[in-house]
Amino acid sequence: MIKKFDKKDEESGSGSNPFQHLEKSAVLQEARIFNETPINPRRCLHILTKIIYLLNQGEHFGTTEATEAFFAMTRLFQSNDQTLRRMCYLTIKEMANISEDVIIVTSSLTKDMTGKEDVYRGPAIRALCRITDTTMLQAIERYMKQAIVDKVPSVSSSALVSSLHMVKMSFDVVKRWVNEAQEAASSDNIMVQYHALGLLYHLRKNDRLAVTKMLNKFTKSGLKSPFAYCMMIRIASKLLEETEGGHDSPLFDFIESCLRNKHEMVVYEAASAIVHMPKCTARELAPAVSVLQLFCSSPKAALRYAAVRTLNKVAMKHPSAVTACNLDLENLITDSNRSIATLAITTLLKTGSESSVDRLMKQISSFVSEISDEFKVVVVQAISALCQKYPRKHSVMMNFLSNMLRDDGGFEYKRAIVDCIISIIEENPESKETGLAHLCEFIEDCEHTVLATKILHMLGKEGPRTPTPSKYIRFIFNRVVLESEAVRAAAVSALAKFGAQNDDLLPSVLVLMQRCMMDSDDEVRDRATFYMNVLQQKQKALNAAYIFNGLSVSVPGLEKSLHQYTLEPSEKPFDMKTVPLATAPITEQKTEIAPMATSKLPEKLAPARQDIYQEQLAAIPEFKGLGPLFKSSEPVQLTEAETEYVVRCIKHTFANHMIFQFDCTNTLNDQLLQRVQVQMEPSESYEVLHYVPAPSLHYSQPNSCYSLVRLPEDDPTAVSCTFSCTMKYLVRDCDPNTGEPDDDGYDDEYVLEDLEVTVADHIQKVLKPNFGAAWEEIGDEFEKEETFALATVRTLDEAVNNIISFLGMQPCERSDKVPENKNSHVLFLAGVFRGGHDVLVRARLALADGVTMQVTVRSTDENVVDVILASVG
Amino acid sequence: MDSAALEPSLYTVKAVFILDNDGNRLLSKYYDPELYPSMKEQKNFEMNVFNKTHKADNEISFLEGMTIVYKSSIDLFFYVAGSAQENELMLMAVLNCLFESLSQMLRKNVEKRTLLDNMDGVFLVVDEIIDGGVILESDPQQVIEKVNYRADDNPLSEQSVAQVLNTKRTNIKNSTRTHTDTAMINFPSF
Repeated sequence: MIKKFDKKDEESGSGSNPFQHLEKSAVLQEARIFNETPINPRRCLHILTKIIYLLNQGEHFGTTEATEAFFAMTRLFQSNDQTLRRMCYLTIKEMANISEDVIIVTSSLTKDMTGKEDVYRGPAIRALCRITDTTMLQAIERYMKQAIVDKVPSVSSSALVSSLHMVKMSFDVVKRWVNEAQEAASSDNIMVQYHALGLLYHLRKNDRLAVTKMLNKFTKSGLKSPFAYCMMIRIASKLLEETEGGHDSPLFDFIESCLRNKHEMVVYEAASAIVHMPKCTARELAPAVSVLQLFCSSPKAALRYAAVRTLNKVAMKHPSAVTACNLDLENLITDSNRSIATLAITTLLKTGSESSVDRLMKQISSFVSEISDEFKVVVVQAISALCQKYPRKHSVMMNFLSNMLRDDGGFEYKRAIVDCIISIIEENPESKETGLAHLCEFIEDCEHTVLATKILHMLGKEGPRTPTPSKYIRFIFNRVVLESEAVRAAAVSALAKFGAQNDDLLPSVLVLMQRCMMDSDDEVRDRATFYMNVLQQKQKALNAAYIFNGLSVSVPGLEKSLHQYTLEPSEKPFDMKTVPLATAPITEQKTEIAPMATSKLPEKLAPARQDIYQEQLAAIPEFKGLGPLFKSSEPVQLTEAETEYVVRCIKHTFANHMIFQFDCTNTLNDQLLQRVQVQMEPSESYEVLHYVPAPSLHYSQPNSCYSLVRLPEDDPTAVSCTFSCTMKYLVRDCDPNTGEPDDDGYDDEYVLEDLEVTVADHIQKVLKPNFGAAWEEIGDEFEKEETFALATVRTLDEAVNNIISFLGMQPCERSDKVPENKNSHVLFLAGVFRGGHDVLVRARLALADGVTMQVTVRSTDENVVDVILASVG
Repeated sequence: MDSAALEPSLYTVKAVFILDNDGNRLLSKYYDPELYPSMKEQKNFEMNVFNKTHKADNEISFLEGMTIVYKSSIDLFFYVAGSAQENELMLMAVLNCLFESLSQMLRKNVEKRTLLDNMDGVFLVVDEIIDGGVILESDPQQVIEKVNYRADDNPLSEQSVAQVLNTKRTNIKNSTRTHTDTAMINFPSF
C-alpha cells in the first residue's frame, strides 16, 4: 500500500496536483498507521496534510469517522517532531466542530502551552481556546493570564487574540483579564501592542469614559505598530461621532496628527476617517485631500485605488474640495487597473465642467465592458447625478445608457440603468420618446420580473400621452403572450391605461383585453375582466378613479381595517374613508447615492412612520375612539438646540381631534424630572381635553408626553391656531455620578416657543399620477377661483415652493419644477382633507413685477374649498 | 455604504484563498461565518473572483461587496478579501506577508507543484499570519521563524551532491524502509 502511494506520487508529473484524486476512505484507511509504533513522523505528517486538504476542499466527514481519525491523531502527541505537532494543532482546530469529545486533548495542549518549547506554546494556546467552552475556560484561566503577560511575543499575541475570540462566548471571564491585557499593551513588540489594544477596546467599548482614558493614555505614550494606530484612529473617530465633538476636540487633533505618520497605512486611515466625518467642513478636509492627492501618483495600485475611492466619496459632498486633484485624476483615467480608472472618471464627472463630459464618457465607454458589475453601477449613478446637473447632456447619456442596457450584466446593474433612464424621462420631456423606445427594446428580452413590471408601469403612465401611443401597444401585448404571471398582469394594467386615455385605441384594446380574459392565471384574468368592464362604461370619472389613479390608502392600514371589519359583522358597508391614507412617497428623496451599494443586505420593509405612531397612540387608553390617524407632522423644535431641556412636537391629526406629542429630553445630569407635561393655551376655540404626562425624565433618556385637543366643530373653517406652551414638572436634584435622586423635589416650569397649527396639518399629501383625469373626476360642483398678488415673491420657483409648503399638498405631474426662463407656470396640487375629502388645487402663476397667482380649488366638499381659499388669502 | 462607519475591530480579514491557474481551490479560509456559509457559495465566489481577476495583474478589485487584493505567481493566484470599508493597505500587508513567507519557505519557487509538495508548511504559514480573521503577524521573517518549516528538498539539480548526501544520510538514520526506497530511486538520476 505504501509503495503504491509513492508510485502514484511519482507518476503524476510536475505541475499537476498530487492531492487531486484523493479519496476520503483511502486516506482514513491510511490514518491507521497513526497507531503503529514507533511513529513515522514523515508519513503521518503526509496523511494529516491530506486530511486537512480534504476538509479544506469541502469533503464531508461523518461524525464517527471524524472522531475515529481524531482519536488516532491524539497518539501522535507522543512524537516530538515539530512540524507534526503543529499539524496536530491544525487538525484539532479543523475538526473541533465535526468530531466528538475533542476536549480529550485538553491536557496535552495545556502541557504544551505551559511547557518549555516556545514554538509549541502559542499555537497550543490557540488550539486549546478553539475547543474550550465557558466552564472549562475557568479551569485554564490561570494559564491564560500568565500567557497574556508572557515575555515571548508569539505566546502573548496568541493568548490575546484567543481571548478576543472568546469575548463573544464568555465575556465575564475574559473581562477579568483586563489588567494583564493592560500590561501587554506596553510591550515592545508591535503585534502584541496591537492585539492588546484590540482586546482592551472590545472589553471596554460600552464604557465611553474608559475608552476615552485608554485613548488618551496611548496617544501620549505613542505606539509603534501601524496597525494599532489604525485601530486608534477608528476608535477616536467613533468617539468623535458619538460625542458629536467638533474639530477643536483633542481627538480630532490626534487624527489629524496621524496624517504626518511615516506609515502610508496610518496616513490613509486618518485621511479616510476625516473624510467620513459627518460634519466636516472644506477647511478640515483640505489636509486629508492633499495626502490623498499624493497617493494618486503612487506606484502601488492598492494605494492609488484607496486614494481615488476616498476622493470619489469626498466629491459627492464637497465637489469643490476635490477640484484641486483634477489633474492627478486625469492621469488615472487610463490606469491599467480598470477599477481605478472608473473611480477616477466618475469622480471627474462630479467635479469637472460640462465641457469635459463628452470626452470622459467616450473614455469610459472604451472599457466599460471590462469592469465588474459593482463599478458599472458606480458609473450609472455618476451619470444619473450628471443628468440632474447638466440636463442638456441627456442625449449623450441616453445613448450611453442604452448601449449599457444591451450588454450583459446582473440585476443590480440593470436596475440602476433602468432607474436612471426613468429619472431622465421624468426630468426631460424631450427625451421621453427615445427613453421609452429604449425601455421597450429592453423588455423584449428581460429576465428580471421586477424590472419588466416597473417598465410596463412606466409605459402605462407615460405612453398614452405621447404623440403616437399606438406603437407601444405591440411591445406591451408581446409581454402578455410571452411572460410570467406577474409581468402579464402588469402588461394588462398598462394596456388598460392606453384604452382609457385614447378613444381611438379603445376598440383594439378591448379586443386584446378579451384575449387576456382567457389567461391561465387568476390575477391576470381578474385584472382583464375588471378593466374590461370599467372601459366599456366609457365614463371619464370611472376611468380616472379606477384606472389612472389607484387607491391612496396605506396597505397595512387597509389590511388592519378589513380584518377589524370582518371581526365585527355589521350591516354597514365597509367605508374606505376609515382607512388611514398612505403617506405620499417622498419621491424626490434623492439621498446620497451610495456608490457600490452594499447589495448583499436584504432590503428590510420598514413600516411607514405613520403606522408606527398609530400603534404607539393606540396603546394609550385616553386616546381610544378617535378613529384612524390621519396625518403626523414632521417634528417641530420648541426649544433652542443647546438648552437645559430639548422639546420637539409632532402633531397628529385625527378626524375631529389632534394629539400633540412632545418628545422631551433632559440634558442636565444632576436632575431628574417627574410628572412632565406641556400646558397649552389655544388662541382660537380649540379645546384641550386631556394631558398625558410623562412619568419621569432621566438624564439623556427621551420620553414623551401628550395633549389631546378637540377641533372646533361649529366652525369648520377655523383650521389655524396658535398655542402658547409651557412645560411643567417636578424637579428632583440627583447625584450626577450615580443618578440617585434626592427624596424631595420642587415644582418648576419652563416656557417653550409657540406652536402653530396650520392648514397643512389638516391635509394629507396624495399623489395623483394622472392629474387631469382626477380633475375631471371631481367635477366643478364646488369649484371656486380667486386671484392673488404675491408682492413679496420675486421668482416663480420661490412662489411654487411657498405654496407647496403652505398647503402641504402633493405636487403632481412634476409641476413643482419650474422650467428655466419662463414667466408663467401652472402648479397642480393634490391632497385629502381631514375627514376624507379629496381636494385638488390648480395654481396658475405669472411673473411680472411680483407674482400673480390664480388659484382654482376643487373638492368633494364645499367647506374644504372655502377653507383653502380663506387660508391662502 | 458608509452609513455604518467601520466598527473598530481587529477582525480585518474576511477570507483568504489560493487558487491554481484554472481557478481551482488549493487552500481557502473564510473567517466570517455569515459570509458564504456553504461550500457551494464559497466556490462560486472564488470562481467569480478568479474570472474577474486572472487576466490582468491589477492587484486590487472590488467584487460582491468586498475589497479584494490579489497577486499571481506562475500558476498560482493569492487572494485576501476584506469588507468594503476596510483599509486596503492593511489587506495588502496581509497579502504581501503571505506571499513573502511562502516565497521564502519554498525558496522562491512559488508555483503549484512546489506549493502542493509542501502543503503542510503552507497550512502552517496561513495559520501563523491570520487567526480567525485577526492579523496575527505581518512580518514574513517572523512567520518563517515561528513556522520553522524546512521545505522538501525537491529539485535535486539545484543542490550540491554533498548536501543531498547529507540530508539523505540523516533521513536514513532515523527512518524506515520508505526512505531508503526514495533514496535509491533518486540517486540514478544524478
